[in-house]
Amino acid sequence: MPHDHPPEFDDDPAHSLLPPDPALRVKALESLLTQKGLVDPAALDAIIDTYAHGVGPRNGAAVVARAWSDPAYRARLLADGTAAVAEMGFTGRQGEHVVAVENTPDRHNLIVCTLCSCYPWSLLGIPPGWYKSDAYRARAVRAPRAVLAEFGIVLREGTAVDVWDSSAEIRYLVLPMRPEGTDGWDEDRLAALVTRDSMVGTGLARSPESEE
Amino acid sequence: MSRVHDMGGRFGDGPVDPGPEDAPVFAEEWHARALAITLASGGLGLWTLDASRHARECLPPAEYMQFSYYEKWIAALIDLLHRNGAIDRAELAGAAPVVSPLADRRLTADRVPGVLSSGAPTDRPGQGPASIFAPGDAVRTRMPARNAQIPGGHTRLPAYAAGQRGRVIRAHGPHVLPDMNAHGLGEQPEPLYTVAFDAADLWGTTAHPADSVRLDLWQSYLVSA
Repeated sequence: MPHDHPPEFDDDPAHSLLPPDPALRVKALESLLTQKGLVDPAALDAIIDTYAHGVGPRNGAAVVARAWSDPAYRARLLADGTAAVAEMGFTGRQGEHVVAVENTPDRHNLIVCTLCSCYPWSLLGIPPGWYKSDAYRARAVRAPRAVLAEFGIVLREGTAVDVWDSSAEIRYLVLPMRPEGTDGWDEDRLAALVTRDSMVGTGLARSPESEE
Repeated sequence: MSRVHDMGGRFGDGPVDPGPEDAPVFAEEWHARALAITLASGGLGLWTLDASRHARECLPPAEYMQFSYYEKWIAALIDLLHRNGAIDRAELAGAAPVVSPLADRRLTADRVPGVLSSGAPTDRPGQGPASIFAPGDAVRTRMPARNAQIPGGHTRLPAYAAGQRGRVIRAHGPHVLPDMNAHGLGEQPEPLYTVAFDAADLWGTTAHPADSVRLDLWQSYLVSA
């Protein structure tokens, strides 16, 4: 590809040629690309099925539950997240490089991407709407405690907040604290306490009472 | 610098609306189609992930602010397909489509699981310049936050973190440099580091003194401090 120096202005961007209504615009583009042979509608269905029903936060929850149960796995996860999640078969797009960060009584971790919406798809699936919102992108770095309060999270006095702005291709997974009262629980039962938000840092793992 | 997507630290956005934890993955059917068309088109190999991010950033600011997430994706995708010669203006305006010479590169359904589960790692061990920083080193980010070679070009140094002093906490080895790769200038891998900044240095006295912000930054974004 030649050097792609962006023009200062593009008075008539190509996208303005398709209908402005987003549903119609997407439909028109799919139709055009299909007729040109550039897109296979069956492949689109397969991609959608993957993220609607396959790859999602249950992946991350399985990683967290195993880390809570198996000290050697927890150590591997914190030392080399990419390799540790690959052990469980969680590889792929937007999860090529994984770093797990551990919450403790003294330290809470929060993940954001201020420049776009980078998110660990292979572990958590497609990001929720709030993660992609301007309010979250703008404020999570500057006012993390206010954002946490909007999610109903008030941290214990003395807990520091580390905000991770995903500015490269490293994808972050928060390892939440294991809830009290779960001694002896197996991994499946523990995984049911691990919410999506607890792995982004905008939530905590559920308490065992919530299971009953 | 000075692109509308670079919103970290901005004031005026109001509270975050968390919504229900069990909200559907795709709120609208067209969201799902937009995501799938974008991934399938990326599979043609005409552009890099960095170029697709830059195409979204290059949307006119008024549109960027007005568009929802997948509206940004689809507008930038149309622009990328056009700029790379995969579709033309006449077809977008309604002329009968011509089968593309790139049709044999089309992502087929049978290849979807392999493509999605393999991804596209950006580490490039052994390539590019040697590391000059190590965990524990004090560094300062360059100022202002802009592409060093291309006016208005892509960079991954947010404006709020420009000219700030921090410390290296992790070294990730060489990774593809988005500032070059987004513009067809090659991968030009450089050492990537995680750098921790005191929140109080970034935001002043409103920040909690114990809090930090961490970013993943390439070597050329940093100088010794």
